[in-house]
Amino acid sequence: MPPGQEVGRTLTLFGVPTQALFGQLLIGLINGAFYALLSLGLSVIFGLLNIINFAHGAQYMMGAFVAYFCLQWAGLGYWWALLIAPVVVALTGIVLERTMLKRLYHLDHLYGLLLTFGVALVIQGVFRHRYGSSGLPYGIPDQLTGGHHLGFMFMPNYRGWVIVFSLTVCLATWYVIERTRLGAYLRAATENPALVQAFGINVPRMITLTYGFGVGLAALAGVLAAPIYQVNPLMGADLIIVVFAVVVIGGLGSIMGSIVTGFALGVVEGFTKVFYPEASNTVIFVIMALVLLVRPAGLFGRTT
Amino acid sequence: MVIARALTLTLIALLTAGPAFAQVSDGIVKIGVLNDQSSLYADLAGQGSVVAARMAVEDFGADKKGLKVEIIFADHQNKPDVGSQIARQWYDADKVDMIVDVPNSGVALAVNQITRDKGKAFVVSSAASSDLTGKACSPNTVHWTYDTWALANGTGNAVVKTGGDTWFFITADYAFGHALERDVEAVVLKNGGKVLGKVRHPLNTQDFSSFLLQAQGSKAKVIGLANAGGDTTNAIKQGAEFGVVRGGQNFAGLLVFITDVHALGLDKAQGLTFTSTFYWDADDRTRAFAKRFAERNRGIHPTMIHAGVYAGTLHYLKAVEALKSDDGTKVIARMKEMGTDDPLFGKGTIRADGRKIHPAYLVEVKKPAESKHPWDYYKIRATIPAEQAFRPIDQGGCPLVKK
Repeated sequence: MPPGQEVGRTLTLFGVPTQALFGQLLIGLINGAFYALLSLGLSVIFGLLNIINFAHGAQYMMGAFVAYFCLQWAGLGYWWALLIAPVVVALTGIVLERTMLKRLYHLDHLYGLLLTFGVALVIQGVFRHRYGSSGLPYGIPDQLTGGHHLGFMFMPNYRGWVIVFSLTVCLATWYVIERTRLGAYLRAATENPALVQAFGINVPRMITLTYGFGVGLAALAGVLAAPIYQVNPLMGADLIIVVFAVVVIGGLGSIMGSIVTGFALGVVEGFTKVFYPEASNTVIFVIMALVLLVRPAGLFGRTT
Repeated sequence: MVIARALTLTLIALLTAGPAFAQVSDGIVKIGVLNDQSSLYADLAGQGSVVAARMAVEDFGADKKGLKVEIIFADHQNKPDVGSQIARQWYDADKVDMIVDVPNSGVALAVNQITRDKGKAFVVSSAASSDLTGKACSPNTVHWTYDTWALANGTGNAVVKTGGDTWFFITADYAFGHALERDVEAVVLKNGGKVLGKVRHPLNTQDFSSFLLQAQGSKAKVIGLANAGGDTTNAIKQGAEFGVVRGGQNFAGLLVFITDVHALGLDKAQGLTFTSTFYWDADDRTRAFAKRFAERNRGIHPTMIHAGVYAGTLHYLKAVEALKSDDGTKVIARMKEMGTDDPLFGKGTIRADGRKIHPAYLVEVKKPAESKHPWDYYKIRATIPAEQAFRPIDQGGCPLVKK
């Protein structure tokens, strides 16, 4: 029962005023920004390492927690956290890659998936045991409090920042991987590691750093999320399943695919919340099923 | 794409799976704490309820009285099918005599029926639906702490009488949310208010911005949150971001626990007014309980649910002692005959429909400056006397009453 029936003369679409729809479109893009940032990290890791990183949700959560710790223990605010958290969490990712993941590269994908899933459960369990399930408070940085009236909705400044920042990070990542020499090395190393190694490039180190970078993206999304949601040990557990669906819809390993799909599905989910809110947490899986029926490799995936 | 297929299957498996760690044991009087141990209701009930039940056994002095009592617990993951399966296994195979707590009205209504079929005992603390003492009332169930009618009556009345006469509901889409919305809507309409709209969100929603936007579009003076735990805190936190209060609207948190206030921080929670049947800082006896409880529960102070688990378990054990039997139907009947008396709720009674009667408090969350020590969060604005706090016995439609 959407609002606005009493508005009367304003233009409506399926009984919903178009003004309200603009608001929902924007909200969808904001949520899509999180999906895009997270699925981007997954795509980078899968595309270049062939690892299905199920620890991504836990690493996102760790990013938010590091932001909280920065504030509680060191008095360092949001902007520092935006810098520190990705680095710290990426380091834990690098340790994980060096000690465990690298042993699995020659095995079936499922081994990597099971290992990272197990690691995620352990990390989440430890945080939940220590910090409970109702979450810890984290405020919006002073510079970004408040908001603007856009005519059709009240736009909080922080949400605007999220959308601009994550879009920038997404596009920069795409550019580096698809358009620069470094990216070319990375892509070449996944195609034929032996050959690239022969050219004098340290492939194992490159792979380690790539995993660290993907994990860092998850942590970055975690810091962005901290002021909006509670800093909660389970914040990633709920999200990761949706994000994987986004990745599957976009096509595994496709960088641009995950960015576009992330934003698009955020919008679809946003509209579902207006027209049939009860289905808002299932709609993405319905789309996933439909896409897989028609295009098993995903919308942007290459069939190999 | 083999990988995509494997991933899809894994996703499906994950959507239906979750952690489970049922503890199984054997004993004479066996009490099972069945609740959410891992998700959004785990702090307001969870392990705290297990601690509260254990404290009740200790304070009852079971050892000295030669009564062997065991407490076990399990995680129902907020799924009625999982909860039902655990309840059946407990009653049939594990010789559990009484189940206590059970947040999530969907699960509680299922356990309510199973308990009745098996002739066991069920003491509800967390679940809120007033149907448990209404059309679904049972001779094997006592509903202890609070219910949706009491929340509607306390908070709804107070809000409408202070000018909040147009409402928009943001409701959790399951038995509890529906019952709470229904009971509050009745109070609003009775007092001459209007409901301008409602939206139902899935349990455990992270992002409320879409629903908040709809609520803002409705121009209702009051946004009623018919949800609980993490859903409530997320809605309030994001409501601050979207300028709900600055836009002239107010939240009515219809079910708020002290753990939610703690999670939000006083800065965001200040001024919230809601109904609670227990506050740890009310008198010396509740403070003494809270101190012992917090030491054993990671510093988390008791919610009204924890208090209800403690008091309900204590009263159950007294009835078992008096009856010298743990036959579920007989013990519940005895619990209703005996007056209740415990350090947390004082003296009270249990009605024929299973409703435990005690006063309720209308509380307001303090401003950060007013809070003098940790967990010093509430001001008690009004006390609703026991006889007015709950739905009159003849209005619930409980078949047990007509007999």
